[in-house]
Amino acid sequence: MNVPTDLLYATSHEWLRQNATQATVGITDHAQHELSDVIYVELPTVGTKVDAGQQICVVESVKAASDIYSPATGVVSEVNEALTQDPALLNTDPYDKGWIFKLELTSDADLSALKSPEQYTAQLGNL
Amino acid sequence: MQASLKRTPLAPVHEALGARMMEFGGWWMPVQYKGILDEHKAVRSAAGLFDISHMGQIFVSGGDAGAWLNSILTNDVSLLQDAQGQYTLLLNEQGGVIDDLIIYRIEPDSYLLVVNASMIETDFQWLRSKTSGKITILNQSEQWAGLALQGPAAEGILARLLGDQIQLPARNGLLSLSIANGPVLIARTGYTGEDGFEWFCPASVAALWWDKILEAGRPVGILPCGLGARDTLRLEAGFPLNGADLSPTHSPLEAGLSFFVKFDKGNFIGRAALDAQRSGGLERKLVALLMGDKSPPPRPHYAVFHAETPVGETTSGSLSPSLGAGLAMAYLPAHIATLGTLVEVEIRGRRFPATVAKRPLYRRQKTSGAH
Repeated sequence: MNVPTDLLYATSHEWLRQNATQATVGITDHAQHELSDVIYVELPTVGTKVDAGQQICVVESVKAASDIYSPATGVVSEVNEALTQDPALLNTDPYDKGWIFKLELTSDADLSALKSPEQYTAQLGNL
Repeated sequence: MQASLKRTPLAPVHEALGARMMEFGGWWMPVQYKGILDEHKAVRSAAGLFDISHMGQIFVSGGDAGAWLNSILTNDVSLLQDAQGQYTLLLNEQGGVIDDLIIYRIEPDSYLLVVNASMIETDFQWLRSKTSGKITILNQSEQWAGLALQGPAAEGILARLLGDQIQLPARNGLLSLSIANGPVLIARTGYTGEDGFEWFCPASVAALWWDKILEAGRPVGILPCGLGARDTLRLEAGFPLNGADLSPTHSPLEAGLSFFVKFDKGNFIGRAALDAQRSGGLERKLVALLMGDKSPPPRPHYAVFHAETPVGETTSGSLSPSLGAGLAMAYLPAHIATLGTLVEVEIRGRRFPATVAKRPLYRRQKTSGAH
């Protein structure tokens, strides 16, 4: 499984890329593989306030709907509208074109609870 | 895997192929190998191979087995010739569906019933409880394995595997062969809406035939397929799933299966209740719902609204890969269960428009090879 070294990871298989006070969020390569064919992404609404660990949106594969949790606390500032037309971007390019939403961080206290690439790789190894 | 789950003789083969496994009707079954969309497409365009060993084989013979079965099942068993099969229903006294199944006449007063996995024991006990005379009922589900080879290329694959001298059965027909590796029963039936075959053989040789069929199908791009694709394929083909779209509280008339209920054959269990429904009119009918293209895929047990009023819930649902839209089934009050009626399906608190659509939503192209 591809685990880029420049990202932070949640136990629930979301990734977070921090850029000053903004963070981009998506799901990991492992998560997209487990979900298999993604056919629908219910994007969050811009302006939504969310706490770390809170359910924020839904990704649906052919078989089931799965909740996505925000890895950090903040306000949704942007969503990836391209996923509405092409939800399979989550499968084909989970770390780049398949990003789901951006957060304006209101607290960075939760970021320290996220996993490093090494810690997340170790988590996958224990599955 | 939970220890209580039953494994088919092909379970090790699925695990070796890297299939994702799940519980289904008490069985440990493959959901998918490569992916549901790829597997669905393979069946629509070429061929797919499914493990259906979880399904049950009940043999009924002796005495006046045919006449007796005709008093238990809804379709007319007397219409069957040797080596012919028909779709039929097993009802309770209230006219509700216990199981849907295919019955084949092997020879006069000797029949094979292929029943749903989760209903094997229920059906078997029900049949035994109704037995009279010299009828023998054998549950041989453990001894038999089943493979479903489905898709437009299925006939060519079997011709390659068995040789051209074998005359494959016509639609709903059954061919009994005695070849290397023991007996084989080949039925031209399926649950996908495509031409295809259900291949029954002793459990001990299931893996051998699985490999041989995949090998014979390799040139045309056959894929092993799991229950995920089986569900999207049957939904598009308009086939109900027992335990979801069919239940002991709904009659086959409500489910739109009146073609498989023969009222001119005499009495059968559940008939009185169906007669009452016919004279009094149906309260509810099972319909297909086609979602608008902006909707998330529908799932079972989503609420359905008409004119702001809750009118029922979905019994099954998914994305239709062939249509690129959500597709569901639901029992609706008869007065709105008409083609073109606009309803709404509630998905995570939001309502999305859907239209009552004609079943089936997908119909295969007839080819010269199909009967």
